[in-house]
Amino acid sequence: MRHLPWIVFALVGAFSLSVVATERGEPINALWIVTAAICIFLVAYRYYALYIAKHVMRLDPNRQTPALRRADGLDYVATDKTVLFGHHFAAIAGAGPLVGPVLAAQMGYLPGTLWILAGVVVAGAVQDFMVLFISMRRDGRSLGELVRMEMGAVAGTIALFGTLMIMIILLAVLALIVVKALAESPWGMFTVAATVPLAMAMGAYARWIRPGKVGEVSLIGFVGLILAIIYGQQIAASPVWGPIFTFTPVQLCWLLIGYGAVASVLPVWLLLAPRDYLSTFLKIGAIAALAVCIVIMAPPLRMPALTQFVDGSGPVWAGTLFPFLFITIACGAVSGFHSLIASGTTPKLIASEAHAPFIGYGAMLMEAFVAVMALVGASILDPGIYFAMNSPAAVLGPDAASAAAAVTNMGFPITADALTQAAKDVGEATIISRTGGAPTLAVAMAEIFSHVIGGPGMKAFWYHFAILFEALFILTAVDAGTRAGRFMLQDLIGLVAPSFRDTKTLVPGLIATGLCVAGWGFFLYQGVTDPLGGVNTLWPVFGISNQMLAAMALMFCTAVLFRMKRERYAWVTAIPTAWLLICTVSAGSLKLFSPDPKIGFLAHAEKFSEAAARGEVLAPAKSMAEMNRIIFNDRIDAALCALFLAVVLSLLFFAVKTCIAARRSSEPTAREIPASAVPAE
Amino acid sequence: MTGFLARLRETAHLMVGLPSYAAYLRHMAERHPERTPMSETDFFRDRQEARYGGKNGGRCC
Repeated sequence: MRHLPWIVFALVGAFSLSVVATERGEPINALWIVTAAICIFLVAYRYYALYIAKHVMRLDPNRQTPALRRADGLDYVATDKTVLFGHHFAAIAGAGPLVGPVLAAQMGYLPGTLWILAGVVVAGAVQDFMVLFISMRRDGRSLGELVRMEMGAVAGTIALFGTLMIMIILLAVLALIVVKALAESPWGMFTVAATVPLAMAMGAYARWIRPGKVGEVSLIGFVGLILAIIYGQQIAASPVWGPIFTFTPVQLCWLLIGYGAVASVLPVWLLLAPRDYLSTFLKIGAIAALAVCIVIMAPPLRMPALTQFVDGSGPVWAGTLFPFLFITIACGAVSGFHSLIASGTTPKLIASEAHAPFIGYGAMLMEAFVAVMALVGASILDPGIYFAMNSPAAVLGPDAASAAAAVTNMGFPITADALTQAAKDVGEATIISRTGGAPTLAVAMAEIFSHVIGGPGMKAFWYHFAILFEALFILTAVDAGTRAGRFMLQDLIGLVAPSFRDTKTLVPGLIATGLCVAGWGFFLYQGVTDPLGGVNTLWPVFGISNQMLAAMALMFCTAVLFRMKRERYAWVTAIPTAWLLICTVSAGSLKLFSPDPKIGFLAHAEKFSEAAARGEVLAPAKSMAEMNRIIFNDRIDAALCALFLAVVLSLLFFAVKTCIAARRSSEPTAREIPASAVPAE
Repeated sequence: MTGFLARLRETAHLMVGLPSYAAYLRHMAERHPERTPMSETDFFRDRQEARYGGKNGGRCC
């Protein structure tokens, strides 16, 4: 009888999903997807997460967690379940689940929806939950240390190195999204620039005037943000100020690199912390508002369920549905980065092992829901607008007329006037080829928010609100990520030169920061100057690397299950591992060796170097120097793919080795902290 | 209602890495009554440094 409500959820979910999957011809309502997602998530949580908790992990509510064993009131604090859920969710949800699904919409809404729903239940949430469990049983240690403990020092170092490379690509791709969103947009640029002095004023306030009053200072900051958006319109329209805040992508790229270098060595209270308050609260608020407004608006999906681009000929990113859809939507379905968060602060704060399913599995389901909303957002737009925004300039030509013709030619009829009007509605000069996902999502959010609050007249305000919200947390991530990358780099170089590890002395820190900024700056510059728009090249590399990190984390979890002598249940992590390995290794190999120059980096380099040898300049390059840069970039990207493949395959080797050794042993070999009981109250 | 608001406030604080000062004071009183706990300002600064200055800077994509 207690299963009855869950059976109802399962039936409603299955019915909604069948509506989503089978309705053809007339547009279906977005709420079908939302309902399907909620029902599937509830059932998955009730049955699969609790199955894993009970049988695979055998969670023990009487066993002390690190927060109790090592309680110090600072890092190790037993925290209320819902409070910790908020902390964990705020740490895992970022730009990834918003951007990936928008890009994936080029194949229609159906493939992306199915992958998010299946991926999160079987892979993403399992990974987060397992890593949280393993770290929780080991004093809340980080992923690198855990791999070292359970799989040996070499595997640990490889994992650390892989993580650093992924971090650098992630920062480059995030920075690229900001560049694409703010280029030639004085309104957006002004509001984002205004956050720097605003954050500094907040920092000073929270440092000296009212220390620790986070809510108060955030409220002041929020009012400042709204004013910046409102005045941004006049600034952009002003003949004096407008041009000052108008930047080309290359200028913005250098500005961001300079910003990253300076911001990551400033004291944290001055810029990073206060902007983190703003971006975190804005992010949570915007996500909640988006959910409410989608339900109120109940928009129909205008994107077809499937487009002809499943064959790999799409303009947004190159590649067929398999394997490239599964790396395009990384965060939201499964994100390797979460293994770092789940082995970060959360395991040190968890009060009871019984809370782990809700926090580990539940928070990831919530992130998948964010991804579903992003996909809905992209799909409620006129497909003509979607493709005009997300195709490279090389495809669309110079103006609205050529873009409208090109998109109509793809099979999505749109007029030049409609494109111009759409840009005018959101207060921008143009929306043509605003790639990167963020502007598309902002147009969608403007559509949804203005439907509920303010009507069409508020669209421009909401568009810039959405851009600001995305840029703000990306900039925070760039700043915090550069710092984290610096420490990882110091750790790695410290393996060879131990004095480099000292985080207190100035020189190693500055060198490591410089190297880190140079690393992501290089890929950012490459992406910005890429004639195909950059996102085209960088997003797949980022997706591959992020999914490979997930594969690495899941392999590690499988190895731990073997060492616990629970190999009977190893399928729980082995199945998603296998799927991720199949996707990432085939996507990585295609990126390397595919003979199609649109997909394979080496084939592309080959095509261009042959032309260069003949003295020919191939479009989109305009000079021999550009030709050489394209060839060089292709080779760097190819080397990067090869490196990622080598990292993941060597970790596979270590995982298999660990599993075989664990099978031979008659005793469990996993190095958990011995159990101690929760003291009686 | 005040319980709900207090919890909301605690959640918002922990989202930006600021644990509860009251819990810290409780911990110090229970376990280390001989030591003087940090003032609220020092506690705030200490936690800020720990969240952003240390190795926990990793935020998600």
